[in-house]
Amino acid sequence: MQIRPILAAMRHHKAGTVLIALQIALTLAIVCNALFIIQQRITRMSRPSGVSESNLFVIRSDWADKSDTQRIDAQMQADLIALRQLGSVQDAASTNSFPLRGTGWDNYIKLQPDQPRMTTDSAIFFSDDHTLATLGTRLIEGRNFTASEVAAQKPRDAMHAAQVIISKDLARRLFPQGSALGKTIYVSMGQAPSTVIGVTDTLQAHMTGSWAGPYAYNAVLIPARLLNDYTYYLVRAKPGQLEAAMRDAPKALFAQSRMRIIDHKDGVMSFAQVRQRAYERDVGMAILMGIISVVLLAITAAGIVGLTSFWVGQRRKQIGVRRALGATRGDILSYFLTENLLIGIGGVLAGAVLAIGINLWMVTQFEMARLSLAYVVAGVAALLVLGQGAVLAPALRASRVSPVEATRSV
Amino acid sequence: MLAYYLELALRSLKRSPGLTALMVLAIGFGVAASMTTWSVFRAVSGDPIPWKSSQLFVPQIDAWGPKGHRGGDDNEPQDAMNYTDAMALMRDHRAKRQSAMYQISPSVVPAQAGKHPLNVGGHAVYSEFFPMLDAPFLYGSGWDAQDDAQRAAVVVISSKLNEKLFGAVNSVGKTVNIEGKDYRVVGVLDNWNPQPRFYDVVNTGGFSEQVEDVFIPFERAIAVGIPNDGNTNCSETPKESGFVGLQQSSCIWIAYMAELEDAAAVTAYRQYLDGYARAQQTAGRFTWAPNNKLRDLPAFLDHEQVVPSDTKVSLLVALGLLLVCLVNTVGLLLAKFLRRSGEIGVRRALGAPRKAIYLQFLTEAGVVGLTGGVLGLLLTGVGVASVGMVLPKSISDLARLDLSLLVVTLVVAVLATLLAGLYPTFRASRVQPAWQLKSN
Repeated sequence: MQIRPILAAMRHHKAGTVLIALQIALTLAIVCNALFIIQQRITRMSRPSGVSESNLFVIRSDWADKSDTQRIDAQMQADLIALRQLGSVQDAASTNSFPLRGTGWDNYIKLQPDQPRMTTDSAIFFSDDHTLATLGTRLIEGRNFTASEVAAQKPRDAMHAAQVIISKDLARRLFPQGSALGKTIYVSMGQAPSTVIGVTDTLQAHMTGSWAGPYAYNAVLIPARLLNDYTYYLVRAKPGQLEAAMRDAPKALFAQSRMRIIDHKDGVMSFAQVRQRAYERDVGMAILMGIISVVLLAITAAGIVGLTSFWVGQRRKQIGVRRALGATRGDILSYFLTENLLIGIGGVLAGAVLAIGINLWMVTQFEMARLSLAYVVAGVAALLVLGQGAVLAPALRASRVSPVEATRSV
Repeated sequence: MLAYYLELALRSLKRSPGLTALMVLAIGFGVAASMTTWSVFRAVSGDPIPWKSSQLFVPQIDAWGPKGHRGGDDNEPQDAMNYTDAMALMRDHRAKRQSAMYQISPSVVPAQAGKHPLNVGGHAVYSEFFPMLDAPFLYGSGWDAQDDAQRAAVVVISSKLNEKLFGAVNSVGKTVNIEGKDYRVVGVLDNWNPQPRFYDVVNTGGFSEQVEDVFIPFERAIAVGIPNDGNTNCSETPKESGFVGLQQSSCIWIAYMAELEDAAAVTAYRQYLDGYARAQQTAGRFTWAPNNKLRDLPAFLDHEQVVPSDTKVSLLVALGLLLVCLVNTVGLLLAKFLRRSGEIGVRRALGAPRKAIYLQFLTEAGVVGLTGGVLGLLLTGVGVASVGMVLPKSISDLARLDLSLLVVTLVVAVLATLLAGLYPTFRASRVQPAWQLKSN
């Protein structure tokens, strides 16, 4: 294949060549970054929560009378008994927050009481002896809380948790060497020491924001009922009875007392809904980036078809001459394919540089990771294949130009 | 003449329907994608109170000192206040108007027996809150400074709550039971739901689906112990327990806003804040030099990063799409125009000036742009309607298809296509008549 004549011909339609190359470059740059965003979001969404999610749901109960914490405490205990007695319910626990909730309570964790800076940050989950079973989270070391260890905690009072259970990742962060079991940590602004009595398997924090990235799997379970203005009940339905349990549980709670508010819209949520809500933005962003990528690729492919068709029309006479002088159909076909490939290579080279440049700029502007080179390579390959595919139809048409055209004027 | 060019343009476009459709589709999709994302961006980055935002300021006082900072070079004072500082600023009353405020979530018990109690959202504020923010009233008005001082049991409610409790009649003078106590309604707000919730960004994160249903006097709320429902951040554990303990602590949970009319007032207020912090230092309460900030509302919203970065990224990506569509259009128009070199040669040879060629081909580009714009309008409509599937409700609800968006969409489409048509038209106008005539 002769490349020189192709290059010489390109010089005669510089503008078109540059435009196609530019379009390929921009498309590559944008699609690479868009696909990278999609991949990052999907990675985020597929992180495990550490919770056995099917058959689990949450109820939020707001107290109508928030002033009397003693009554709230009694009510919470009565509620839990009522929930656990339901036929469709396997277990239940009260808590202030749970994995993937989005907002909640996080504290600085310290190893010494007078340490000026935190060792790390962690979610605080108020729990009881039923919490782990309800979440379906395994204990990998140590023991669970006993019922007698669970105390009442007013929200604005200092926390004195003598025993805590912590998540595997927090344990590893605090005690990189050896077991966390039996060690002392400070979970409440360095006030009172807490002994680690258990370590759970992977357990995700409530925080889903990107700022919380390093703390996303840090959780401390405090053996207490938090007497806040509201409480969450985590409820595990018996296998296959999720719907029934989600219907029964609020009824059982209202039967206990009507002086509560359970939002009719999101007061009762299955864990699937919790997960969906937590990653709503990520799903949306991924869909949007997907739509834009598809539209971009389609437009670029169509643009290549359009311009190449024009060139083929413009050169019918020359093609006819070449055919008359003995060029085969394959020669003509490969001429246009090669021409497109050369333009494409020019475009993707510029595009690869642009893609990396855009990504580097986005890293400085937004919370974004560095683009991995694999994306650029894949994008380059995809655009070259797309270009060749798009040029195929006009090139085939060119190859069917009959040598007779050479003798026609115009 | 223009009518003639229009006819020529239509005839030319009809001659190659595939190419024309391609250009129209590219412009349509490009414009629609950028306009849809722009409508969201516009909604979230808009000034919530444009006529006054340059006079509204958020004072920040560093009440924690260096040990409360996040570390590194970060010397940013806290973005909310503790009770002590907020009350001192209210007492000194140095701005034209000012209000400390905190988020509450009390329960309201409807008067009719058998109705469930409601959980409502709202704020405890001072009387100057309403005139300072130009809150619109449907009935009545806010309370006055005397009510503040007397801790009067008065309430301003939203029109929504008014509808729920009183059936949309003028309820001024009637009573509402909040947390077991009766409050006299003094005003009903007229559909007031500013987004972002600029007066308390710290607690709402900017955008909130929840309507603000009740506003009660700040000191009244403190006196009867209605606790804060927003964020509480502490650098040390409060010494005393409960809501009272929180008030005595250095924990931050109060938002503050001041109205300062001109540059002189701003300078004076800055000096006042520094003087206050210095006095605290002298008194031994602060062991660090004054470290205050006084940002106006737009600067504060920017500092708090109220506009989600996702909306910025989507807007940028969509603009990139529009750019590619334009490059695509340049290429296609070039092909289309140069294909008619013969026709141009004939026209030029018969005496048409370059200007005429420009006019003819830009008219053609304009027609493509307008058609693409109309398609873009339809697609933008679809886009804005379905943006809720992609973005959280609190944000997508704000994106609206209004007249200005329609006009901008059309203008962008036509202008962009004309811009794309410039180079191809330039090339067309350069066609040498002699050469074209010879080759025929």
